[in-house]
Amino acid sequence: MKRSLLFLALVAILSLGLAGCSAEKKEEAPAKKETTEAAPAAAGKTLKLAMDADPVSLDPHVQLSGGMMQYSHLVFDPLVRWAKDGSFEPRLAESWERIDDKTMRFHLRKGVKFHSGNPFTAEDVVWTIERLKKSVDYKGLFEPFAPAKVVDANTVDVITKNPYGLLLNMATYIFPMDSKFYSGKDESGQPKDAIVKTGPSFANVNESGTGKYMVAEREQGVRMVFKAFPEYWEKTGNVETIILTPIKNDATRVAALLSGDVDFIMPVPPQDLKRVDSTEGLQLVTMSGSRIITFQLNQKRQKPFQNPKVRQAIVYATDNTGIVSKVMKGFATVACQQGPEGFAGFNAELKPRYDLEKAKQLMKEAGYENGFECTMIAPNNRYVNDEKIAEAFVSMMGKIGIKVNLKTMPKAQYWDQFDAQVADIQMIGWHPDTEDSANYTEFLLMCINKETGYGQYNSGNYCNQEVDALVIGSQTETDLAKRNAMLQKVEKILYDEAAYVPLHWQNLSWASKDGMNTEEIVNVQNFPYFGDLIIK
Amino acid sequence: MFAFIVRRIAQAIIVMLIISFIGFAIKQSFGDPVREITGVSVSAAEREKIRDELGLNDPFMVQFGRFMQGAVKGDIGRSFFYKKSALDVILSKAPATLELVMCSALIIVIFSVPLGIYSAIRPKALFSRFVMGGSIVGVSIPVFLTAILMIYVFSVELHWLPSYGRGETVNLGGWRTGFLTLDGWEHLIMPSIALSSIMLPLFIRLIRSEMMEVLENDYIKYAWAKGLMPKRVWIVHAFKNTLLPVITVGGVQLGTMIAFTILTETVFQWQGMGFMFIEAVERGDAPLMVAYLMVVGLIFVVVNTVVDVIYGLVNPQVRITGQK
Repeated sequence: MKRSLLFLALVAILSLGLAGCSAEKKEEAPAKKETTEAAPAAAGKTLKLAMDADPVSLDPHVQLSGGMMQYSHLVFDPLVRWAKDGSFEPRLAESWERIDDKTMRFHLRKGVKFHSGNPFTAEDVVWTIERLKKSVDYKGLFEPFAPAKVVDANTVDVITKNPYGLLLNMATYIFPMDSKFYSGKDESGQPKDAIVKTGPSFANVNESGTGKYMVAEREQGVRMVFKAFPEYWEKTGNVETIILTPIKNDATRVAALLSGDVDFIMPVPPQDLKRVDSTEGLQLVTMSGSRIITFQLNQKRQKPFQNPKVRQAIVYATDNTGIVSKVMKGFATVACQQGPEGFAGFNAELKPRYDLEKAKQLMKEAGYENGFECTMIAPNNRYVNDEKIAEAFVSMMGKIGIKVNLKTMPKAQYWDQFDAQVADIQMIGWHPDTEDSANYTEFLLMCINKETGYGQYNSGNYCNQEVDALVIGSQTETDLAKRNAMLQKVEKILYDEAAYVPLHWQNLSWASKDGMNTEEIVNVQNFPYFGDLIIK
Repeated sequence: MFAFIVRRIAQAIIVMLIISFIGFAIKQSFGDPVREITGVSVSAAEREKIRDELGLNDPFMVQFGRFMQGAVKGDIGRSFFYKKSALDVILSKAPATLELVMCSALIIVIFSVPLGIYSAIRPKALFSRFVMGGSIVGVSIPVFLTAILMIYVFSVELHWLPSYGRGETVNLGGWRTGFLTLDGWEHLIMPSIALSSIMLPLFIRLIRSEMMEVLENDYIKYAWAKGLMPKRVWIVHAFKNTLLPVITVGGVQLGTMIAFTILTETVFQWQGMGFMFIEAVERGDAPLMVAYLMVVGLIFVVVNTVVDVIYGLVNPQVRITGQK
């Protein structure tokens, strides 16, 4: 009896499985047809977008990261935003004027509405700046700001404590939030404007901005759907719906574009650039970025690094042009200073300086003819090809007798080690949140000061009072030409003293189907303005 | 039977206790979650404050004690990234993994049984040699390579199948299923074939060798001598006895498949538990990692219990020894 029961069960399972399989195959063919026919017939354009990550929250002040900025530009709108040429484009602020050296008056766009239906006023700007000052991630950037003042419903004065040359740069971070919508308490009794990083909050799951898109659907880490806000003030792009899917795996993201499952991907991994570029029906847009990759030489741990000649020798022995062409496959721009061309402080005189003979000679002059041994750490999943770059560097150092013991690790473990300065040479990449070159030096090369936070990532322990004085002076200098000269001098000093080893700026990349004005909407900040996207 | 179940529950609790303890002990070495949830320019002092608030600076035993207190009440921590209960996150990802594993298991059963039996009965036939050769190739190609090759051929070149994700899903009382939509089925094909690509050859070979061994037994010879129909000898007498070791291995492998779909899920961007785990590791999301490990521990105990019960059904001897 039991035997036959078991046999019956087995047969049942088998037949069920077979039925499932055959049904699968039958359904396959018509499904394909449907999708190809449905695409052109759909009303309003839909953009299927794949990025390497999705926004961690709906609250723009929860975290300052590339993903959150990209999200903010979709759902919120800043006072001003970066134009391609590095100038400022009016958004919610139609125009602005300097009242005195501490105050900038913004004239706001009239008739703008939040997604909740509330009108946008100067109050919201004041409220948003107050909230930014409370956010862990933004409070540092907004430290120079005093509370803003409402002049009238459509005019607001943004005031800094001291004269501040980067006020407009910071205004690109002011994405006014709906103060009425975020006021009061939610069901759990928590204030609606609470900024919560690791727990539930109203702002983490609700949004009311003035941006072109509203969040229609969100399953964190899986998919997000944005629908155009019908009352948006500008009519440029023609995308009604954006479906954002995070695809972390590089090969899968590229395959999704090649197979036509998505229309737009960012970033494009370097190994697939050629393939995407040469595929019919796809377009590739690349741009030199502003994230610099460097090595820091720890002078506290390793005595030879205190000698500028040794540091220079290391820079001379580093063939960063070779790294860019071989390791990065040309997908980077060789750097010999921190800020790229177009940034204040860019010094055109400074040139890459690979010269092995000179390096050997410098080592001899410094008394390290026979070289020495040192340690090094680098991440292996943080920057493009980080591990390979570090390995290339190790072999280059071998040529001038420096034996480097390299250890690489995932980024989750790397930064604690970096802060603890566990190795003599440490890798770090930096992109300035202010889009300004003083920021590189403030974090990477100014004397370490726990109180002010300067030199937070200066694991080389490089310290030069002249550099510090120039950078601090540049912060309150509102004459841009003078400021530029100060920062150029900083770059020159750092170059001459070989304060660090510059490698390259990582390039940015986007790929999309043809028939889109992809080239026009992307920018060096890597916040594509999808609101302006036109799909033919 | 009751005593057996109680024993198993106790076992499950002990397993989960040990896993959570180990998980807690090693979580520090997975990196600092605070780094992942703050921007780069946030000061060290601010980070320290967050770490304090999250209780990450407390001594190990204090943290573990707090965790156990919650666990007794059914709360095994909150994911830093998802900002909600870790268990909820895992449960919302479980359907994806279970559906994928179910389909793979089905593929394995459907193909391994007839192929295994055939190649045992006709070991010298050309087709058998072909199956055996193919299975060696299948076993030796890593899953992610199979997966990427399939994506390349069927999605990129032929445009037949979608390259990533689960497609359209239907929410059935909290269980997001892809079984009810055409799109869902299409998305399921490649991942489930990729996932089965390692186990299928293994099972074909296992069934074949077991079956060949059984066919040498005296009672099979007796059955032949008795003049039974070949089908009856093969299926009823030989195959049923082949099943015992296959079920043992199958049970353990099913658990492994549920737990370690990580590679397949990552390549296909399949939003299941494995993918979630690898992301949690990258983000240093310790509560989610520990919770996942505990759930996987539970799955293993449950699967093994079920296998033991089935084993008893197939082979009465086992039950008799178990009851003394």
